[in-house]
Amino acid sequence: MIELLHKLGLPLNASAHGGEIDATLGWLHLLMFALFIGWSLVFLFILWRFRRSRNPQASYVGVKNHSISLSIEVVVALAEAGILILLSIPLWAERVNQMPTDENRVEVRVVAQQFAWNMHYPGPDGLFGTTSPDMISQTNPIGLDRDSPNAADDIVSINWLYLPKGRPAVLHLSSMDVIHSFSLPEMRVKQDCIPGMSVPIWFEPTLTTEEMRDMKVAMGDWEEDKKAFLNYEIACAQLCGLGHYQMRGFMEVMEPEAFDQWVETESAKAQESGSGEEDFGEFE
Amino acid sequence: MSTAEIQYIETPRPDTGLTNGKIGIWLFLASEVMLFGALFSAYVLLRVGAETWPMGRDVLNIWLALVNTVVLITSSVTMVLAWAALMKNNYSEHKKFLALTFLCGLIFLGIKAVEYGQKFSHDLFPSTNNFLAIYFVLTGLHGLHVLGGMIVMLYFLLFGRKNWVERPKMYTNRIENTGLYWHFVDLVWIFLFPVLYLL
Amino acid sequence: MTPSEKSAHSKPLPFWKRYIFSTDHKVIGIQYGVTALIFLFIGFLLMMFMRWSIAFPGRPLPEWAAALLGPNSTSGIFGPEFYNQLGAMHGTIMIFLGVVPLAVGGFGNYVVPLQIGAPDMAFPKINMMSYWAFLTGGLLMLFSFFIEGGAAKSGWTAYPPLAVLDADSGQTIWLVGMVFLITSSLLGAINFIVTIIQLRAPGLTWMRLPFFVWSELVTAFILLLAFPPLEAAGVLQLMDRIADTNFFMPSGLVVSGEIREAAGGGSPLLWQHLFWFLGHPEVYVLILPALGIVAEIIANNSRKPLWGYRSMVYSSLFLGFMSFVVWSHHMYLTGMGSVMNAFFQTTTMIISIPSVIILSALILSLWGGSIRFTVPMLFAVAFLPMFGIGGLTGLPLGISTSDIHLHDTYYVIGHFHYVVAPGVIFGLFGGIYYWFPKATGRKMGTVLGHLHFWPTLICMNVIFMPMFIQGLAGVSRRLYDGGSAYAHAQPVLHWNAVISMAAWTMAIAQIPFILNFFGSIFFGKKVESNPWEATTLEWTAAPSPPPHGNFPEIPTVYCGPYEYSQPNSETDFHPQNQPVEA
Ligand code: HEA
Ligand code: HEA
Ligand code: CUA
Ligand SMILES: [Cu+2]
Repeated sequence: MIELLHKLGLPLNASAHGGEIDATLGWLHLLMFALFIGWSLVFLFILWRFRRSRNPQASYVGVKNHSISLSIEVVVALAEAGILILLSIPLWAERVNQMPTDENRVEVRVVAQQFAWNMHYPGPDGLFGTTSPDMISQTNPIGLDRDSPNAADDIVSINWLYLPKGRPAVLHLSSMDVIHSFSLPEMRVKQDCIPGMSVPIWFEPTLTTEEMRDMKVAMGDWEEDKKAFLNYEIACAQLCGLGHYQMRGFMEVMEPEAFDQWVETESAKAQESGSGEEDFGEFE
Repeated sequence: MSTAEIQYIETPRPDTGLTNGKIGIWLFLASEVMLFGALFSAYVLLRVGAETWPMGRDVLNIWLALVNTVVLITSSVTMVLAWAALMKNNYSEHKKFLALTFLCGLIFLGIKAVEYGQKFSHDLFPSTNNFLAIYFVLTGLHGLHVLGGMIVMLYFLLFGRKNWVERPKMYTNRIENTGLYWHFVDLVWIFLFPVLYLL
Repeated sequence: MTPSEKSAHSKPLPFWKRYIFSTDHKVIGIQYGVTALIFLFIGFLLMMFMRWSIAFPGRPLPEWAAALLGPNSTSGIFGPEFYNQLGAMHGTIMIFLGVVPLAVGGFGNYVVPLQIGAPDMAFPKINMMSYWAFLTGGLLMLFSFFIEGGAAKSGWTAYPPLAVLDADSGQTIWLVGMVFLITSSLLGAINFIVTIIQLRAPGLTWMRLPFFVWSELVTAFILLLAFPPLEAAGVLQLMDRIADTNFFMPSGLVVSGEIREAAGGGSPLLWQHLFWFLGHPEVYVLILPALGIVAEIIANNSRKPLWGYRSMVYSSLFLGFMSFVVWSHHMYLTGMGSVMNAFFQTTTMIISIPSVIILSALILSLWGGSIRFTVPMLFAVAFLPMFGIGGLTGLPLGISTSDIHLHDTYYVIGHFHYVVAPGVIFGLFGGIYYWFPKATGRKMGTVLGHLHFWPTLICMNVIFMPMFIQGLAGVSRRLYDGGSAYAHAQPVLHWNAVISMAAWTMAIAQIPFILNFFGSIFFGKKVESNPWEATTLEWTAAPSPPPHGNFPEIPTVYCGPYEYSQPNSETDFHPQNQPVEA
């Protein structure tokens, strides 16, 4: 079933929990196809069998056996209950109640704005510095206060999210202005970014960008010679104004070692240029 | 063309026991319950989510509101008396009580206007904070309902006599339905008063 | 009756009283219906421009089409801002100005009093006011296209903060327009309920009511109870826009680099709750009258009683009730906890069951019938699988974990268009073909009917089926360029042009309908009062078109609504107002 859904457009899955979502989609579509094809056959047969020219005299009573339709309804209800109880309710509870707490998780704050994605990493110390709206400027899009404790090594990037493969990522989603929606189709992740709220989500990438490119080429979803242009994309799914259609971000999934390396260099860079921003802060 | 006549305007339909107008007004009130219910829920949600929420009694004038509560309850009583007078076929008494009800409505709105004026003169506007915002919306909408009821009463006071003479039953039903509406408006206030001023 | 009233009835009314400010439910029904059809046409037109931008982003429109847009396009190209106006207004117009007024104001007004043997609606003046409130709201909405900054552009859902931050007046007019439309619907709903409860003809017990009357009754209750919260929400958003309150505006917003100086403290989700508390019941307001029409047509053209009439009635009552407790399935991704989530998933699955029951009953009603494929029947029969597809694709949206992938993608667009376009719109088309002879005394042409039906059916599927594919691929909705920038959209992007072509082709397929509709008023084949050999009162007790007051005398009802093909009967239909021999 999932094969068929892939043929029907479902992109490859590159996250640990995505398989369960795909399974839900698969079972549901199986139920839907079965019902639709079953009913269609009955329906077409009825239209043919009971057309006026073949059946000039209608029967007053019609279907005598009520158990046919009743049993279909019961089957549908049971199938829905099964998918709910076995798949969906537990999976949702896992997504929202069991945020990973282990050491090697990666935490990122994602702050959406019209029409860009700001990523805020805590840096090697694992702790976020404070932000405040009145420090926001061209060079400091999220208003990070570099003087606050734990802020010095923080990393801020725009429109690019970097994550390691095989380690859980916890994203804290919020927005500065209107409602956006953070969508990563290949990760089976989507969540609204709502101003005034910070909502955590988590997932675990299972394919690096490189691996994803190779697989998409192999699946025929992408051409070999354009491979370098293919990235995981962050789509904005909620109407957020006239730039909604181009509010596109990217995600790079790396090998864990490469990611640690990245954090180190970027954090060092931030600390170097940190003094410049301090001046700016005093100015305000 | 007697069939064009719509039935059950004056006499109730036997199997439902109600006139058209009566059902209509009850349905209207049901939708009003949903309207004010939604605003009350908004109040609760905003209050629960707020960091700070002023106590109504610190901001608002309880005494004026208390007087207003008495005025409105009085008006409900006079409304009933106005209807009862019709049942006794006493039109002039009816008119007296209806006018009294109208007067109470007027006093209510007058006091409300004084309250609003006090707020504005202290630079307290709907935009000041969410408590005042929901206060102005709830009381403003309620005030509009009072005004609406008063317009209907004024209409009956000025032009009702003809209807009473020609179709007394119909007129009595109309007054009864106006009364139901008026009691509802009164009831909304009985909710608003503690929610906004006391809690 | 008083003398003054008697004379009012016998004197011929002046033209403007008879046709413009009429209180006759039939005239009001036709006013509603024709106005709504014009709005449907406008909604269609807006959609065709959207589809251009989706299929060919950045390419200039043909000159004649650009001319229609006036200053909204520069050298044939319109921008994302105008696209958003088109989207928001397409949704608003189709739902609030097209389908609801046609299904409830049009068919409901025209048919319900006739089917229950009433001379008119219970409150004719309120009925008239309801139409004029609707027209005012509709004209306001249209007018907003021509003001500075154009019409509302925050989607038909008008989510704040976006809708509140929008500095142009279009959104304000949208809100005022909505208040008019809601008022109109409330007046109408009260009127329907009172009429159905009070003015049923003698003998017309509840279980003898045609299913269409039931569907309008449930619809009216939904309108009555679901619309006021939206009215409240509309007032609050209006306050946020013009009185600087912060009901829906949280503190500390930073908009294009500037801190918004306002008290804040509001909740954007409060709006969503109030909106969807209406929004979900509203979808059943769309579907129920269509189901009612389809049931009438199927019973009549299969020449046998509806199978499972009682369970259909109970199902629609249950549907109406349940529709109030599923609204948050539109809000799964707003940060919902697991308990609330489990509750709304479960109620959503429960609500799908009565729909399954109604649909099964309608299909099984055909079994054993002697089916005539008249034009209304074609639309009614096509409705079933189309609504089936739309309804079934509601299931993966109703299960919250699969909705994670599908939310706000074209899968949602595909889902609801299958229910509203080849679903509801087909039901309404069927109703027009079916009741046209009642309203005019003439039948609509069959050949033109076929020319309308078949291409429309094909186009609908070519338009909406690929949307599921695009949605599964993760293409977001409300994209000005149809997603052409996204790599994950590339494998399904070629569908955009196909869909748009089909949408424009479908416009051509409406020409036979428009010709048929207006042509048949004057040149249609004249028919007597019961051309379909139907059983319900509008056909059996009233002439076509019915006069003011509807019936020569109030009919008495002796049997159920669908007594077709009774054994041992001479004709294959038994009118409701014909006594049953013992
Ligand atoms: C008439 C309108 C209508 C109807 C009837 C429905 C019916 C249903 N809808 Fe839909 N819905 C909309 C209109 C409608 N919807 C709209 C407009 C939106 C989008 C709003 C927006 O965001 O802009 C929406 C969005 C929407 C969402 C939110 C999606 C999202 O934003 O992520 C959800 C989620 O639960 C949902 C679920 C359902 C369900 C479970 C049903 C169920 O009631 C369906 C039950 C029916 C069945 C299960 C069919 C049974 C089938 C058979 C028995 C087979 C028959 C086969 C043959 C005849 C061959 N709908
Ligand atoms: C009842 C509701 C309804 C109906 C019928 C339709 C009908 C159609 N809609 Fe629409 N649509 C919505 C409600 C509806 N829509 C809503 C709510 C949205 C979401 C908006 C938002 O994002 O906020 C939407 C969004 C929407 C989008 C997505 C835009 C985006 O996300 O960017 C698209 C894209 O293709 C689309 C296409 C169509 C098409 C091709 C039809 C076709 O099926 C059109 C078919 C119409 C007819 C067949 C009418 C024919 C009538 C006549 C010809 C009248 C004749 C006149 C006389 C006799 C006088 N619609
Ligand atoms: Cu941000 Cu859409
Ligand atoms: Cu819904």
